[in-house]
Amino acid sequence: MASTVHTPSATPPEAIRNFCIIAHIDHGKSTLADRMLQITGVVDARKMRDQYLDRMDIERERGITIKSQAVRMPWEVGGETFTLNMIDTPGHVDFTYEVSRSLAACEGAVLLVDAAQGIEAQTLANLYLAMENDLTVIPVLNKIDLPAAMPEKQAEELAGLIGCDPSECLRVSGKTGEGVSELLDEIVRQFPAPTGDAGAPARAMIFDSVYDTYRGVVTYVRVVDGGLRSRERIVMMSTKATHELLEIGVISPEPAPSQGLGVGEVGYLITGVKDVRQSKVGDTVTSASGPASTPLGGYRDPKPMVFSGLYPIDGSEYPALREALDKLKLNDAALVFEPETSAALGFGFRCGFLGLLHLEIVRERLEREFGLDLISTAPNVVYGVTMEDGTGTVVTNPSEFPAGKIAEVREPVVRATVLAPSDFIGTIMELCQQRRGSLRGMDYLSAERVELRYTLPLAEIVFDFFDQLKSRTRGYASLDYEPDGEQTADLVKVDILLHGDAVDAFSAIVHKDKAYAYGVAMASKLKALIPRQQFEVPIQAAIGSRVIARENIRAIRKDVLAKCYGGDITRKRKLLEKQKEGKKRMKMVGRVEVPQDAFIAALSNDAPPTDKGRR
Amino acid sequence: MHVPFCSRRCGYCDFVTYTASDPGGEGDRRGYAARVVAELDLAARALERSGAAPREASTVYVGGGTPTVLPPADLARILRAVRERFGLVAGAEVSVEANPDTVDARTLADLARAGFTRVSLGMQSAVGHVLAALDRTHEPGNVPAAVRGARAAGLAVSLDLIYGTPQETEDDWRATLEAALECSPDHVSAYPLVVEPGTRLGALVAAGRAVAPDDDALADRYELTEALLGSAGYRWYEVSNWARTPRDACRHNLGYWRGEDWWGAGPGAHSHVGGVRWWNGRSPRRYAGALEAGRSPAEGREILDPRQRAWERILLGTRLSEGLPLADVPPDRRPAVAGLIADGLVEGPAALAGRIVPTLRGRLLADALARALVP
Repeated sequence: MASTVHTPSATPPEAIRNFCIIAHIDHGKSTLADRMLQITGVVDARKMRDQYLDRMDIERERGITIKSQAVRMPWEVGGETFTLNMIDTPGHVDFTYEVSRSLAACEGAVLLVDAAQGIEAQTLANLYLAMENDLTVIPVLNKIDLPAAMPEKQAEELAGLIGCDPSECLRVSGKTGEGVSELLDEIVRQFPAPTGDAGAPARAMIFDSVYDTYRGVVTYVRVVDGGLRSRERIVMMSTKATHELLEIGVISPEPAPSQGLGVGEVGYLITGVKDVRQSKVGDTVTSASGPASTPLGGYRDPKPMVFSGLYPIDGSEYPALREALDKLKLNDAALVFEPETSAALGFGFRCGFLGLLHLEIVRERLEREFGLDLISTAPNVVYGVTMEDGTGTVVTNPSEFPAGKIAEVREPVVRATVLAPSDFIGTIMELCQQRRGSLRGMDYLSAERVELRYTLPLAEIVFDFFDQLKSRTRGYASLDYEPDGEQTADLVKVDILLHGDAVDAFSAIVHKDKAYAYGVAMASKLKALIPRQQFEVPIQAAIGSRVIARENIRAIRKDVLAKCYGGDITRKRKLLEKQKEGKKRMKMVGRVEVPQDAFIAALSNDAPPTDKGRR
Repeated sequence: MHVPFCSRRCGYCDFVTYTASDPGGEGDRRGYAARVVAELDLAARALERSGAAPREASTVYVGGGTPTVLPPADLARILRAVRERFGLVAGAEVSVEANPDTVDARTLADLARAGFTRVSLGMQSAVGHVLAALDRTHEPGNVPAAVRGARAAGLAVSLDLIYGTPQETEDDWRATLEAALECSPDHVSAYPLVVEPGTRLGALVAAGRAVAPDDDALADRYELTEALLGSAGYRWYEVSNWARTPRDACRHNLGYWRGEDWWGAGPGAHSHVGGVRWWNGRSPRRYAGALEAGRSPAEGREILDPRQRAWERILLGTRLSEGLPLADVPPDRRPAVAGLIADGLVEGPAALAGRIVPTLRGRLLADALARALVP
């Protein structure tokens, strides 16, 4: 623990070290962070709560960090005091942009690898990002306390990756604290100090912004040039909006207001705005009185990749859903949504997400925090369609796919990296080929582990690719991907009709080679899920007017309780009441009564259910 | 009256009944009549106290279980108690259920002498392998003999049949119907087999060792039943019941379906008086104990509110050939009637005349019909 500390806004840049920890999910990043807070005295051991930096329940449940935080810690090496700023980064592939901005706020990165699990795809992805940002990397093996840890082997692999000597890989245990002090020493020794021009106009990069119910938006910044002072007027360079700096300070581990922040320092701002969209990650903050002329580079508007229709099961909950989305939006700059109507599902919203994890998190929050019962349509990507007459459309909802003569359809593709034991090469390649992937390269990280690189259509990834990958490799494979432009493809829209009426919620855009299989699967799923009606119900899958698959639900002939004597009447009446209640949860598609569960099951990513009825 | 005793339990049965092997079976059986009489005493007193005008019973029905495992003298004693405590109207219908195995001409004569007017024989099927699948003990030949005995004693005869047993073919069912018609009964009841959890058959089906009857096959059997019984002159008056002439309908059961009042005595028996339904506990032990202590053996009840009564009128009325008066259909559901006529569930002419009467198809879909009409 340090005996003296620096004062924010009066800290010499040479004594600052800005770093982050990059790691695969559950390789122990949060635990290590906790330990650092403890050792540096920032958090009292008795008050320590595990995973202190994580705030949301969901994060805790899933063991992931969604929002970054930045904590300032003092550390003494060789009698000198240093100020370490630990910037916690989101680890998941959906949030690559946020990760890159957090990295841009640092000079160094601690590459943390679980000594038992070894390197995973995300580790690599983040390492590449760190190197692209010219960060100095310290390789660290974590969880050496575990019996399954294989530090020598992992050190070899890690060293090979970074291009250093295995002996340079530090060994720590976030849990026991072993090696952590040494790591902090190395952070001081190896990571360069931040450089910047104290006399130049202020430029500070926003690397995170979080909505707090009491204080409004809290913006996290890294000062590059000049400095920011409390109560001064600042400008957001992307929008030119000005705000007053109501409060500025550092986190240690609670917010501590200061007079300002200087070159190389990391801290937070409060301007009183209530919408995170006014404090954009990657944007540059400068002073109104002496503004900078060029912003810092790297800013990008978050781009949704995956869309899904969200509908309340009970139509009367629509206003509640809208309110809930508005509230979530406050703290989620990437979430986009707009009202949408479905003939089958009623009124809802088409929502855009950074990826599947983002989608799942938002869904869960809507259901859990706001108590909403929702149906969500299968996730889909955005298509570009050019008609033969030259008109172009962007399709975010499959049911809007244009009819008529189409010249070209374009779909988004990604660059995917899969890491797995080499035993599984065959099955992984088979999966990727099935998903219209093209192999870009393959490398062996070691004798037993291989890295495969594929270009894949994003549409093929959003539909249970990850689950399939995991089950084919018994859980050993890891996946990372990032957007890589568009490609044209032979895509068609498959419609599903019930008793002649198209159900828009079931329409899908698929590759023409897969259209038949999709049609057959949906028709058979629906046949199993939809109860018999009082008339025959043909189920058809069609491309345009051409029927490609069909099933038939025969009319029901018997729906009667045979015996109804004295003792049966009460029970019979109650059964009738229950059945009548059940009818209320039916959605009418033309004359066909479709239970909600049928919609949910039909739109889920499961394989067609057996007649025993899956979820 | 519910006589909850049998010599053995049939594989498909989930009724309230106990065999000799059940705890206290024998002893319970011997004391049964006395206890039922005690309950009737209680009933008479309760009705008196309620201030309701005294009414004579117009029907009595002794069911079970197998009432005929009790000696005729016991059954006679119970009937006497009814007469003495409540009175029986002249020409009252007094029925008893019987198993063709445990009943002989002598027993039937004794029952007739005691005042019974009608016997319902559990024939179930005329086909050996079907009876075996149903786990019934009797020989098909016993039925015609029992019917003869009943006729000789001057009793009206009803035959109970079951269709849809696993492995019963359409021909098997046809043979059963024809055998039943051979006996010239006054009344026929026919039910599809329902696989109930907790029965032996239920366990077999759950284990995949027997296949539950298919609804479409059951619909076929029902239509065959209507065709054969209809052409032999029997007319349906309730979804599962046919009578040779209107007088041969079971008046006691019609009482249930018309929402009339009845008192059920015995373990597990249900009652319906003055808009209240209640039911006795099922355990013969506890039944005996309650009566010994002078308490009612009732274990549960419900006081029906107007909405529940309306529901019951609709669900019961739509099962009868006399139908449901249109006035009993809530105004906001009346528009549905046109659709029901169009879909062939309800007789058009009857509806126009103010009664909802199900067609053959409507009888098979009676539950859907009721759902369409309840408020």
